[in-house]
Amino acid sequence: MNAGMKTAANTALNSTAVRAAASARSNRDASAAWAFLAPTLLLVAVFMLGPVLFALFASTQKMDLIGGHSQWAGTKNLQYLLDDHKFWAACRNTLRYVLFVVPLQTVLALALACVLNGRVKFKRGFVTLLFLPTLTSSAAMTMIFMWLFNNNGLVTQFIQAHFGITIRFLSDPAWALPVIMLMNVFSTTPHFMIVFLAGLQNVPRNLYEAMELDGAGALARHWFISVPQLAPITFYVVTMGLIGCFQVFDQAFIMSGGDGGPEDSTLTFTLLIYHFAFKTYNTMGLACMLAVVLTIIIVCATSLLNRLVKSEGHNA
Amino acid sequence: MSVVALRSRRPGQRWASFGLHGFLIFYGLLTLTPFVWALLTSLKTVREIAVAESVLPVALNLDAYRQILGSEFSTWFYNSMSVALIVTLASVSANTLAGYALARMRFVGRGAVFRSLLLIIMVPAQVTMIPAFLIVARLGLADTHTALVLTSVVSIGSIFLMRQFFINFPTEIEEAAKLDGCTPLVTFLWIVLPMAAPALATQAIFIFMGVWNEFMKPLLYISSIDNYMLTQGLNAAAKQYEKSAAWNIIMAGSIVSIVPILILYIVLNKYFITLNDQTAGSK
Repeated sequence: MNAGMKTAANTALNSTAVRAAASARSNRDASAAWAFLAPTLLLVAVFMLGPVLFALFASTQKMDLIGGHSQWAGTKNLQYLLDDHKFWAACRNTLRYVLFVVPLQTVLALALACVLNGRVKFKRGFVTLLFLPTLTSSAAMTMIFMWLFNNNGLVTQFIQAHFGITIRFLSDPAWALPVIMLMNVFSTTPHFMIVFLAGLQNVPRNLYEAMELDGAGALARHWFISVPQLAPITFYVVTMGLIGCFQVFDQAFIMSGGDGGPEDSTLTFTLLIYHFAFKTYNTMGLACMLAVVLTIIIVCATSLLNRLVKSEGHNA
Repeated sequence: MSVVALRSRRPGQRWASFGLHGFLIFYGLLTLTPFVWALLTSLKTVREIAVAESVLPVALNLDAYRQILGSEFSTWFYNSMSVALIVTLASVSANTLAGYALARMRFVGRGAVFRSLLLIIMVPAQVTMIPAFLIVARLGLADTHTALVLTSVVSIGSIFLMRQFFINFPTEIEEAAKLDGCTPLVTFLWIVLPMAAPALATQAIFIFMGVWNEFMKPLLYISSIDNYMLTQGLNAAAKQYEKSAAWNIIMAGSIVSIVPILILYIVLNKYFITLNDQTAGSK
């Protein structure tokens, strides 16, 4: 009896001790966790969260570069943007850019991935070689492309020699943007090719084998198996491509020397934001407004894409 | 019947394989051409380029490379290398700690922190770039490499990646360490970290590459020539050399700027592919 009481008391004691130890441990866990997160959270607060809030505030202000003088502007910034022909030029250029680059790089990346997924010799070598443009910095890539399409460049000379036409790619407003588009396709295709290739590795082999037994050709197999199976990855590739295209800056900046020329033909959204922020006076608020507008456009475009893909899925 | 069908398809298959290899070789050549053209140009003299008689250089002329090594180019190369290395080290540490905490440690607010980070990742860099510039200026960090480091350390994408990695990590080992009385930091440093080496390597490669190839950030933050990063310097130098049509020097500079990343890629080839596997799966 006595012994039983003792055991019961002991268990009770033990369980409180265990609980206390556990709560001490979870306290220690929690403080360790916050310590682990501290550097990240501090930097996020100062250089990301703060700036986002500031940008929202600044977009309603008339403000100079240092942010010292600012006055309430309300929606005047937006009004100014809609009246500015440069804004519409940037819209036009960016839209053309997206419509050309995104489909082309997606199809090309998918095709290359499908080919590399088959029985191909020197697979590793080909992947390494094709990846080269993705590794190269946008600055170096732009230099090389400028030299290819320069008046003395390889492409210009080739066209001149074989077709007898001289195209001044870099100074002709009709050609400057297409050169940048081509460069973008050239340097992002390999990246998305690798993404597709990784996705293809997860497609069950027996699907292909079954279809092969039914007598379907290689092209049909890819069209009816690879393409639908890769739908989620294609969605990722198109979304990332879209976001990247809306934000294009480096190539346009370097090629045009920073001004978006010739005749605003390479003026992109981000280049225009840069201009409002650093090149013209009292337009800091305008730059922030344009950045907010760009965000809204990107969010709308991606959610529209999401909706489209989902409805497609329901129909199928 | 089926044997006949198989036989009759063989020549077709051979042609298909021929076609596929042809397509790959064609695209491979297309990829290689700009780089070979750049390399050949860098070995020519300015006169040769102006005359443009032959594709190949007359002689192996290393003047362009010599000129580059003697200019500010080596300073920029050093700047890029040191900033990229520091950012890589700091960023991998911060991201891994954060990812581990979000995956494995229990605390109030964990879900909220993770969700907020995922929200912030969706804001394009254009929104934060101007206010971040103002903050950097206010902190007295304009035109310093510290500004580049501080604004590049956090990579929410990598935190996300590490969280996914640690979630799939076996729990038994950590629990055993905890029972042995290890503190969370000791457990993390001596038990978890060594097993995460491949994930750390993939992260490191892509962070290094990101800093090395970054153009917009240095353009905003760095203003004096001695502090330029390589990409920025390449652009500035090109503007100057373009006037004298010294494309050999511009191409030599471009080639030199590609080399470190290329070496990194060749040495750590397998990690490049792994990361892409994970990104494709997670997003």
